Amino acid sequence: MLWACVLLPQLALDGVLRRREDAHEPLVLVSGPAQARVVHAANPPARAAGLYRGQKLVAAQALLSQFAMVEYDREDEARWQRLLAAWAYRYSGEVGLFTHGVVLEVSRSLNLFGPWPHFESLLRADLRELGFRHRVALAPTPHAAYVLAGVHDGLAVEAPDALRHALAPIAIGQARLPAEVAQALPAMGIRSLGQLLQLPRAGLQRRFGGELLALLDRLTGDEPTPMESYRPPDTFEQRMEWTHEIEHVEALVFPLRRLTADLATYLAGRDGGVQRFELELEHCHGPPTRVAVGMLSAGRDATLLFDCARGRLERQVLAQPVLAMRLIARELPPFVPAGRDLFDSRPANAMPLDQLRERLRARLGEDAIQQLRRTLDPRPEFAQTSAPGVRPAQLPVLPRPTWLLDTPCPWRGPSPEILAGPERIETGWWDGGDLRRDYYVARTAQGQCAWMYCAPGEQGAWMLHGWFA
Amino acid sequence: MGQVLALDALIHARQVWHGRATPAPGGSQPTGWSQLDAVLPSGGWPEHALTEILLPADGIGELQLLLPTVARLSRAARQVMVIAPPYLPCVAGWEARDVVMSQVDIVQAGERDVLWAAEQCLRSGSCAAVLAWPHGADDRALRRLQVAADTGKALAFVFRDRRHAVQASPAALRLELEAGASLQVRVRKCRGGNPPISAVPLAAGWS
Repeated sequence: MLWACVLLPQLALDGVLRRREDAHEPLVLVSGPAQARVVHAANPPARAAGLYRGQKLVAAQALLSQFAMVEYDREDEARWQRLLAAWAYRYSGEVGLFTHGVVLEVSRSLNLFGPWPHFESLLRADLRELGFRHRVALAPTPHAAYVLAGVHDGLAVEAPDALRHALAPIAIGQARLPAEVAQALPAMGIRSLGQLLQLPRAGLQRRFGGELLALLDRLTGDEPTPMESYRPPDTFEQRMEWTHEIEHVEALVFPLRRLTADLATYLAGRDGGVQRFELELEHCHGPPTRVAVGMLSAGRDATLLFDCARGRLERQVLAQPVLAMRLIARELPPFVPAGRDLFDSRPANAMPLDQLRERLRARLGEDAIQQLRRTLDPRPEFAQTSAPGVRPAQLPVLPRPTWLLDTPCPWRGPSPEILAGPERIETGWWDGGDLRRDYYVARTAQGQCAWMYCAPGEQGAWMLHGWFA
Repeated sequence: MGQVLALDALIHARQVWHGRATPAPGGSQPTGWSQLDAVLPSGGWPEHALTEILLPADGIGELQLLLPTVARLSRAARQVMVIAPPYLPCVAGWEARDVVMSQVDIVQAGERDVLWAAEQCLRSGSCAAVLAWPHGADDRALRRLQVAADTGKALAFVFRDRRHAVQASPAALRLELEAGASLQVRVRKCRGGNPPISAVPLAAGWS
């Protein structure tokens, strides 16, 4: 077994920063009771001005006059951690959650994704894309990976024998032991994990109880770690809120890109797709505005999802300013990648046809794109439909035009010269749409070939129904 | 004086002007009308470029001119987009002319969106041909389509009224359909050669 740990030292702060476009503005998270507000986390521009974690907010305000303040939200932090677990699920079937960290079992994933250095770079590239600061370490046990990630970013210990050696120099304070143990041990002269592991077990058991021994056994791999594996939920829901009101749809595009990218990440982890999802725009008063996004087939490409959602959102008129946006996907059908011909003659960088159709539909309307097919109905009005279905096999032998008028209109020009006909169509008794017509092919004075009809037996009062263009 | 120069060398050095460009040996996008292919410098539709077709009236025979190409492309499982056609394509009629209708997407677009939709389709690179009926397209809009067709390596066809013939156009090929006693097509402009003087008759007919 090999475990990779992705440690997220600034999870809550990154979660807030990734919904903001301006990265250079000083920003802090604040927590604590109203009388004694303290800085929970500060971004690099704020730190450069001298703000630090644990500082009193009053002191921070004395140091820096202008900075953005966001309330630290434990629930928000947990949500980001779940998103990252969903992301990690793409790389491994066994994913566990630690405080500020996600561990994943990778010994089998390495067969698929390549050796560790390459795999590690994949993880890091994804995390950078998602906008989370991270430390990564590899070890034979999840606890050891968790501890090592905190001490040394990028450390990889693959052999179980080397693990004790790697753990030995780690200070007790950094070993993520229970708080009372971490306080008591240095007072006893035990300063590193190596010293602790060499102590007689019976004495440790007497002094600290069985839990510490079990923890050390799990750390070194003498005992397996019981762990609750992460299972991705069946629906996706992600929310973003702002400290200010957004009045223009254009300003929603950046957060939308984040939300759809998160959805794509989640779908890749589940190996699923999404066909319809909903955007909820929350307002100060009144019910939220709902924007439904539907696609022709299940997809999960981040660009495709973003394009579709953006097209729908841009057509939305905002009646009120928006405070928060939520993306909800309830139905997650299986994703079937489109097959492509090996000898496809299209250019290599071509946009997939589905994506093009979605983009057109997003701007022109849901029914803007049609594919027509023939039906078995002999009446010209019903002889073709855009509804999906089976195509009849046999071809008509009678002349049919290439353009068809939506509804036949009276012919106003001079009497046309008849080229062929009549073809009598007299049917439709079963649904009340009876017709009795004699169809002719006729040439107009301008030289067009027209498909016209008139009442049976007459050759006048022409109705134009199509063109042989 | 007395120096002998090989004619080939002069021609390759581009120092000698040819009265008439050498015809390309058979285009890769034949129009389906052999007489028309014969007079076009590329031996067919100009590749990855815009073709403008000027009509005296709708329904005059513009589809007769285009459907052999649409049929050929759709049979090869290539996608064809029909954007904002003036009438509904009649499936029976198109299929009788060998078009595979499952490869043809009909896009209904409002007046202002036709050019946008055509550009998107051309640029995407996943369509083999795009047929569009724009309203009030100007020189700049057509130039955009020309660039998009080049980017997406697609055939672009734009149908416009004959009265636009007097305006200059960035299209690589401009054809004008003329209906008299019989249907004929006049080449107004073609990139890579002089337009032929006489019109090319199309076998007019309704079947």
